Amino acid sequence: MSSDAQQPSPTAVAEAADLELRDVSKRFGKVVALENASIKIQRGSVHALLGENGAGKTTLMRIAFGLIAPDSGSISVRGERVRFESPADAIAARIGMVHQQFSLIPQMTVAENVALGGRGRYDRNAVARAVNAISSRMAMKLDPFAMVSTLTSSERQKLEIIRTLAHDARILILDEPTAVLTPHDIGDLFVQLRAFASDGGSVVLITHKLRDALAHADEVTVLRQGHVVLNSPMAAVNQQQLAGAMLGDIARDTARDTARDTARDPPRHTARHTAQTSSPEVTRPTTVLELTDVTIHDDHGIERLNKVSFGIAAGEVVGIAALEGSASAMLRMIGGRLEPDTGRITRPERIGFVPEDRQNEAIIPTFSLTENMALGSAGSLSGRMHWTDVRQKTEAIVAEYDVRASSAMSAAGSLSGGNQQKFVLGRELSSNPGLLVLENPTQGLDVHAAGAIHERIRRAKAAGTAVVIYSSDLDELAELSDRVMVVNNRKISVTKADRNSIGEKLLDTAG
Amino acid sequence: MAALALFADALVRAIPLILTGLAVALAFRGGVLNLGAEGQLIVGAAASAAVSIRWEHALGSAVIIFALIGGALAGVIWAAIAAELKRRFSVLEIISTIMLNFIAIHLVSFLVRGPMQEPTHIYPQTPSIAASARLPLVIQGTRLHAGLIIALALAGILYWIFRDTAAGFRIRAVGAGPRAAQSAGLIDIDWLSWKVFLCSGAIAGLAGAIEVNGVTFALYENISPGYGYTAIAVALIAALNPLGVIASGLFFGALETGAIALQRDFAIPSSIASMTEALFILATLVLGSIRGRSLLFSRRE
Amino acid sequence: MSTLQSFLEGTIRTATPLAFAALGETVVERSGVINIGLEGAIIAGALGGFMAAGPAGAWAAFAVAGLSGMLIAFIFALFAIRLRSDQIISGTAISLLSLGLTATLYRQIYGVTGASSSITTMGVTRVPWLSSIPVIGSSLFAQPDITYVLYALVPSVWWWMYHTHAGLGLRASGEDARAAEAAGISVSRTRFLAILFGGLLGGTAGGVLVIAQAGSFAEGMSAGRGFIAIAVVVLGRWHPLGVVAAALVFAAASALQYLFQAMGWDVPYQTFLALPYVLTLLGLAGIAGKATAPGALGKWQSR
Repeated sequence: MSSDAQQPSPTAVAEAADLELRDVSKRFGKVVALENASIKIQRGSVHALLGENGAGKTTLMRIAFGLIAPDSGSISVRGERVRFESPADAIAARIGMVHQQFSLIPQMTVAENVALGGRGRYDRNAVARAVNAISSRMAMKLDPFAMVSTLTSSERQKLEIIRTLAHDARILILDEPTAVLTPHDIGDLFVQLRAFASDGGSVVLITHKLRDALAHADEVTVLRQGHVVLNSPMAAVNQQQLAGAMLGDIARDTARDTARDTARDPPRHTARHTAQTSSPEVTRPTTVLELTDVTIHDDHGIERLNKVSFGIAAGEVVGIAALEGSASAMLRMIGGRLEPDTGRITRPERIGFVPEDRQNEAIIPTFSLTENMALGSAGSLSGRMHWTDVRQKTEAIVAEYDVRASSAMSAAGSLSGGNQQKFVLGRELSSNPGLLVLENPTQGLDVHAAGAIHERIRRAKAAGTAVVIYSSDLDELAELSDRVMVVNNRKISVTKADRNSIGEKLLDTAG
Repeated sequence: MAALALFADALVRAIPLILTGLAVALAFRGGVLNLGAEGQLIVGAAASAAVSIRWEHALGSAVIIFALIGGALAGVIWAAIAAELKRRFSVLEIISTIMLNFIAIHLVSFLVRGPMQEPTHIYPQTPSIAASARLPLVIQGTRLHAGLIIALALAGILYWIFRDTAAGFRIRAVGAGPRAAQSAGLIDIDWLSWKVFLCSGAIAGLAGAIEVNGVTFALYENISPGYGYTAIAVALIAALNPLGVIASGLFFGALETGAIALQRDFAIPSSIASMTEALFILATLVLGSIRGRSLLFSRRE
Repeated sequence: MSTLQSFLEGTIRTATPLAFAALGETVVERSGVINIGLEGAIIAGALGGFMAAGPAGAWAAFAVAGLSGMLIAFIFALFAIRLRSDQIISGTAISLLSLGLTATLYRQIYGVTGASSSITTMGVTRVPWLSSIPVIGSSLFAQPDITYVLYALVPSVWWWMYHTHAGLGLRASGEDARAAEAAGISVSRTRFLAILFGGLLGGTAGGVLVIAQAGSFAEGMSAGRGFIAIAVVVLGRWHPLGVVAAALVFAAASALQYLFQAMGWDVPYQTFLALPYVLTLLGLAGIAGKATAPGALGKWQSR
């Protein structure tokens, strides 16, 4: 499977590749993350590793960095077979990785973070000099003694890169590096990466953004569902081919996306809602959720919304697009789990809430399904528990939502993720809520479970429930939503529910 | 007859263990790490002794009711200090309750050498309480008193509360999955923990009152040989199940009584009992980790 | 000896074992682990030190005391790190185990009554010149030799924590295990070693009680010092120097009785016994919101 009909003529290889992974396979439980995946990174090149969310890009590179042990397959660095027990081994082999979620210690200084993992005496001034040297070479600016907690995302990313370079990394792996950057910073980043590559280093760029890959990479490898489906010099492929390889279905290209959008039936509220919504909405009779000048801070005291106003109508599905983690407080406020700091919010009486962190926030894994059913109304119960009734309700949901469990008394933790999610959705919809709030509802689920969840969301909509859905998968948002709100810079802008518009909105105002 | 007395002694020893074990089980079930059952028991004993001595003539045999209530209230107050420190200043209860245990010991030491000392001022203890203020015996001719019935009844009630009531379900939910309890169940977990903490203190305080009015009939400095610490083992080995606490309480009561007899008759140190208790806790941890569930309950982050 | 001198000397006397234990626990907690079993390490160190002191002399006795504490800490580490058991529960159990074990061993070896056997305590060394500083000199610099080890250890631990890569790794493990692993640090190994070090110092604290101070062993003579040390670590905001300062404050509160007695104030002596605990509670309430515990304290984070 590793080679493909689409593969163009192989690149001429004179010397051994800087980094090579051959026939790597990895399963997590029943889920196949990678199957016989191979990739070759040439010295001096920027290599794009493309794929949709969940295609296995990050897993493959985490294996290359010693964070995950592969089930089978081999790793070679500069022509030599290696075995990584831990990232320390990979770092010693001069590989550096910048993770999507930064691995910095915010309570420590820049210099201390750079020095992490070293040995012997820590001389802060020597480290500071090294940081400054790399900074000036890479045209980055960073105060070595600044506390990391005071840095912006872009500065933190620079620090991550500087840190890998301070450890003499010659192979630099970056996981979705542009997600947290402003367009201006993105430009800078690629200039720096190019400089690093021309200096004899090599770069692996994990991304799902075609445009970035096309513009900046020399070579490309595309992963789809754990398989390498394309491997080529960038010059030999075009956008169409890459998109086809990523999506696995050449018909699902941008053209069709647009077609689907125009074909989608009303109600559409674009006319009413497209404008910046800082001005108060006119209350519609069917409006179930109404925010007026709402400001909210998250757990860390970071302001996430600033004087935002909007309304959501019954039977409407509103998608929320936001950078990782920045919509979490907003969703909790809409779902009635958090009150705004200032401003007014009117919510329906009954709200269903499906959080992303299912195991910790939605269910108690050691409790039975029946007990988890009761959990949904635990705050308002009083007196005796009527367990027989609860059990019957649970059995009804298990049957209706096709939850695969041996009985209503099974521990919720014994179910697969998909079945847990179907159960949670069933529970949250069982009270016929006026509003349903979902946070990455299909993350980590297989195609069938995800399909079932989508179907339920559509039915809830048809039944007149207003739905607010956040997803990091823009395709999912585009598919389900009537309109999409993009959260950026503490403000909200409304856009059409198609992937490109969302992506552009997210990117244009990022930072 | 000697065998009966030994059996009765084991039961007498089990009573404070069951009660404090219930206090710990309730707290742990609700996600509160109350390691202060010892101190709560001690202040409960002091309060009960004070009430008994002060009002034994005025109230007649009704004084016992007030003494027990007084003991429970003292336990509540002692627990409330830690609960408030946690709520207002986020002071970890594992630290504050242990500090309060030491303060309770010194408080009682002061009382029995100061304001509450017996009239001759020779012994560091209070005068004995009147017969009317003593708990009735269950088996005449032994020391087994009605505290056993209270302990068993309380275990039954807690079991029922956990299994069949909404309040008990909420407590279990907060202990087993605090974030889910808050997010999915919309439970005010801070308020619930606060209430659980105080109820736990009440039970431990009651244990102290029952010890004074059922066994010692006076307040001494070393009124507790560490019941409140053994209680942690009692509760954990019972997997925090109130009915299980009866069994483990009886077991440890017998173990400690047996150890005292062993020391007397065979010079085997009685401290072997607390070693055994600790080994039992460690064994449950090993078993838990083998089963893949390392926690008997999960704590709030 | 003046009242102030007795007060200062009493302070140092109480502070020495406490500071040893708290300094060790600081390292443990900065690695992300809370070791409630510290009490157990102290009592084990006390018995170990007592048993070795007779035949072997003071310094060897301290080595045995430290190793005894380390042994107890090793058991805790097996549970907390290898089995990933709940740290509070396993720590409590380890304390109980160690208190029971030492009492049993002591009664077995020395008889149930624990016949009043005693050892010669470690000698006092007067540091030339320094000990002749008025008032503080004789209190601070006429101490058992082990106290000088503490004086040297405090800045060493501080320096190690902030000026070596291993120290950085320790703090990183305590703040964010995932990030530390990503930087190539073995969090499990770091925490395991930190626990052993904490046990070493805890055992030494127990050794101080017997070898440098009491000259005899008594069941439960650790008297909650392990738990106090844990509170002291919080009061000292997890910084080695702060922790030692907090230990001194706690010890000074305990030593207030010398001052009060000298002034002839009639206050029940239990007040002084309880005062340090009350002050600790007030102190903990007072630093609320100002001190932040290591981010990963007591938690297991997977990669």
